[in-house]
Amino acid sequence: MSEGILKEQFDSLEQQHDASRLGLWLFLATEFLFFGGLFMGFAVYHLVYPLGFAAAGKLTNLWCGSINAALLLTSGLTMALGVNAAQRSRAPAASRWVALTMLLGAAFLAVKGVEYADDIHKHLVPGAHFALANQPPAQIYFWLYWTMTGLHAVHLLIGLGLLAAVWLKVRRGRWIGAEGAATELTGLYWGFVDVIWIFLYPLLYLIDRHT
Amino acid sequence: MNDEGNYLEAGHDLKSWLLTTDHKRIGLLYLGSILIFFVLAAFAAAMMRLELLTPQGDLLLSADYNKMFTMHGVLMVWFFLIPSIPSVLGNFIVPLMLGAKDLAFPKLNLLSWYLFIIGGILALYAIVVGGVDTGWTFYTPYSTTYSNTHVLTMAAGIFIAGFSSILTGLNFIVSIHKLRAPGLTWFRLPLFLWSIYSTSLILVLATPVLAMTLTLMAIERVWGIGIFNPALGGDPVLFQHLFWFYSHPAVYIMILPGMGVTSEIITCFSRKAIFGYAFVAFSSVAIAVLGFLVWGHHMFVSSMSAYAGTVFSLLSFLVAVPSAIKVFNWTATLYRGSISFETPMLYIIGFMALFSVGGLTGIFLASLAVDVHLHDTYFVIAHFHYIMVGGMVTTFMAGLHFWWPKITGRMYPEKLGQLAAVILFVGFNLTFFPQYILGYLGMPRRYHAYPPEFQVYNVLSTAGASILAIGYLLPAVYLFWSWRHGKVATPNPWGATGLEWKTTSPPPKHNFAETPVVSEPAYHYPPLTD
Repeated sequence: MSEGILKEQFDSLEQQHDASRLGLWLFLATEFLFFGGLFMGFAVYHLVYPLGFAAAGKLTNLWCGSINAALLLTSGLTMALGVNAAQRSRAPAASRWVALTMLLGAAFLAVKGVEYADDIHKHLVPGAHFALANQPPAQIYFWLYWTMTGLHAVHLLIGLGLLAAVWLKVRRGRWIGAEGAATELTGLYWGFVDVIWIFLYPLLYLIDRHT
Repeated sequence: MNDEGNYLEAGHDLKSWLLTTDHKRIGLLYLGSILIFFVLAAFAAAMMRLELLTPQGDLLLSADYNKMFTMHGVLMVWFFLIPSIPSVLGNFIVPLMLGAKDLAFPKLNLLSWYLFIIGGILALYAIVVGGVDTGWTFYTPYSTTYSNTHVLTMAAGIFIAGFSSILTGLNFIVSIHKLRAPGLTWFRLPLFLWSIYSTSLILVLATPVLAMTLTLMAIERVWGIGIFNPALGGDPVLFQHLFWFYSHPAVYIMILPGMGVTSEIITCFSRKAIFGYAFVAFSSVAIAVLGFLVWGHHMFVSSMSAYAGTVFSLLSFLVAVPSAIKVFNWTATLYRGSISFETPMLYIIGFMALFSVGGLTGIFLASLAVDVHLHDTYFVIAHFHYIMVGGMVTTFMAGLHFWWPKITGRMYPEKLGQLAAVILFVGFNLTFFPQYILGYLGMPRRYHAYPPEFQVYNVLSTAGASILAIGYLLPAVYLFWSWRHGKVATPNPWGATGLEWKTTSPPPKHNFAETPVVSEPAYHYPPLTD
């Protein structure tokens, strides 16, 4: 990547920056619609099978889900602070915030791993030994649970990779100030990972617990 | 900086093509690849038409017939029609029309071609190792539970090609927002750009839903968990909702770009500004928006409630309004114009007739009671071929001829071009008009055999298909010939407006010697004298 250098199709760095920002927003719109199919499926089956989904929704690990929500929301804050520092060309602060964001993201994955192990232990994987075998809709619930959280984790992993690239550059004083577009865009992507969890958390961990 | 000659001369080795980031060369890469898919898909259509020449199944087994119509549908929809005008002509023309040096993300543009090729190879692999028999719609639970064909490979191919569409659409939207030449305001844009913009919105917002739908279908097929399987509590109609949420907007991906080409050509060959610029521009956006709200009309007979059906029916009628605005405005543009009938214009006049028939029969199908009678018959086949072939393929041919001098720097032979346009029109109508009658009489789609009383119309249709084939082969031959031997083209052979005509034919690698400045509205043709 020839960061910070004006590409030939643009007249100014500002125009180039605007274009990549718009491009990333559009990309995130496609990502939301990609997840949208799953949200749609969840909404439909939640409506059709309220009892089966209520039974299944109580079995998710509330502790892990809540800790993760806290971790990821905090990482959203640290990332925003990192981007802000990068825009002000404060490389040491920016690299510290980005590193902290990576740590929080990694912690999320660790908690998720513990949670997955616990889920498997409790036979919450759809299939032959499924815990709620007498409840086919619960099977659909957990099928959606694994797909949605798994897909989210994949996106988070990609985000960690991007953050690592940003961190390596920022600590050497690159990708900040006028050439900080990549840092800002990574922050935008991280925000998306955050927002998806903000929807997944209440859907999968909260709404079926009150019944 | 532009002393390096035109874009075709900027390197002749394979690497200079396969690693190019020049939007013009990428457009040509797309042209070459979609033509291969077109030939294969047309072969499948030819096999079907031959089989249907006689009432009994004699040429193909029913299982092979199923594979043929699946191959035809999948290749034509995802590997020819969707990339046809956007990825070939759009890639070539959009930056030129904008007065830009390239698209906003040239490397992403090249990546999208590679994704398209990888997806295409997977689809071809699925066909070669045995084919798929689900139809291009992959309805569950047949596709997930019962079909013993290569559904997963085919779905993976479409999934990957879908990301190629997304990246192309994203590139166009950002370019149109950010790379317009000085003075080129939104309301001075050529209408082709408005239609490409609207198409790109659909590509970007609908394709991810298809990706998720195919993913769910694939997961269901591999693990059999039950999301679409009624035996396990799942709902196969949910698949149809998700599938058509993409695939109905996709129908507009397959017509909006053609409407953009029409606006360019109608104005050029009647030497007049478009009638009601803002209406034509916004009708493209309206079609894109309304197109997202009508998917349910594919499912009137899939146990949809009467209320939902009524709403979807009404919304489907509404799409006819912006479409009709376009046709009326094109007609009004012709009025008192100085009309000439070069090849692109002949194709476009044919298009207006075919699109009107296709659009009006769409109204039949959007009507609840009529649809119950016509659903899954040849009437539906005829309807969407009038839109997709009569609409998109015809306008693709029109645009290809119109911009051919710009692309190659050579003129095609005019008389042969006019002949080909007429042959296409005649062959098309003879192929598909009898299918309206067949459908009305009750012949269902997707069967390899039929009762003998339908034979007359099927023979007519097959005869028409052979004329249609000539209508495709003829341009293939003379366009190829003209690339080397055609008359050398001037920068602006049609005397058209638009920035793409302000540079040389073919354009230099960076499109313009200096950034053009726009000071006039689109289609600013000199006033006509009586």
